[in-house]
Amino acid sequence: MDKVRVIEVKQSVFAHNDQDAAELRAQLKEKGIYLMNLMSAPGSGKTTTLTKLINSIKDEIKVAVMEADIDSDVDAITIAEKTGVKSIQLHTGGMCHLDAEMTRQGVEGLQAGDVDLIILENVGNLVCPAEFDTGATKNVMILSVPEGHDKPLKYPLMFSVCDLVIINKIDVMPYFDFDMDKVTEYVHMRNPKAEIIPISAKTGEGIDVLAQWVRKEIKGEE
Amino acid sequence: MHELGVVFYVIDDVKKVAIENNAEEVKSVTIQLGEVSGVVPHLLEDCWNWAVKKHDIMKECVMKIEQIDAVTYCEDCKQYYPTMQYGRTCPYCQSPNTYLHTGNEFLIKEIEIT
Repeated sequence: MDKVRVIEVKQSVFAHNDQDAAELRAQLKEKGIYLMNLMSAPGSGKTTTLTKLINSIKDEIKVAVMEADIDSDVDAITIAEKTGVKSIQLHTGGMCHLDAEMTRQGVEGLQAGDVDLIILENVGNLVCPAEFDTGATKNVMILSVPEGHDKPLKYPLMFSVCDLVIINKIDVMPYFDFDMDKVTEYVHMRNPKAEIIPISAKTGEGIDVLAQWVRKEIKGEE
Repeated sequence: MHELGVVFYVIDDVKKVAIENNAEEVKSVTIQLGEVSGVVPHLLEDCWNWAVKKHDIMKECVMKIEQIDAVTYCEDCKQYYPTMQYGRTCPYCQSPNTYLHTGNEFLIKEIEIT
């Protein structure tokens, strides 16, 4: 019988994703591209928010969008039709999240040499996308009012990795027991540095504040 | 939640190490898994047993899982406590100023090859 040898590996399973992510982040920085990883639960209004945001900044900031889903291309088509910016659809092939390698392939596929901002709309899911560094410059998430203010307690990792939490659908606040003070407290429990911007993508309320946040991130303007 | 995805990562890494060491076959892989890593051990094994069949060098490869207990450290009273029982609030001084010391690991510890 063949002799069995034991080889010590001692390697983190996420190590190569972390390495891919660090490489992608460095490449993007060199090219002067800001990559925003946008995460949320399904139905929180990511695509509507993006449409409004892009339309208010596209004259000054060159934007491209990568839509990640398990299947279909409805989001990429919606973005292209409603904003006119370059958008591509990434299919994860059944996977519940995007990793850094898939993100790199997406950036390459975009062939958007001179863009300032690439927005990656991650798979709608509050668990898995938070576990995998995509190589993004910053992580942003959307929590919508009907989901409830307790979500930072239930999905702690998602809120710990986000630099900005957008609270969407504030126009329906009177119909839900959503407590803005509590959500702020819970988000800051997970991540004291996270910024919070309340908006309504439907009515347009707060989109100017969000646009200003993006401008400040990209151009360093206050 | 994403056991199948991580199984593909493990297979890639193990294959690379096995080839570097001129292995004929990989008999087993030992994984160290943190108690709060978010990966469910029996689902991981199910995905593993399905996925390895597609790789000649590791068709019969067994996954062994060693659990690493989740331990949280309190920065205020400088004590360690079990995370699963008390969560993020320190049971000694009730401080929320705590961080996970161990328990989030997902490591390939070693492999057995012939």
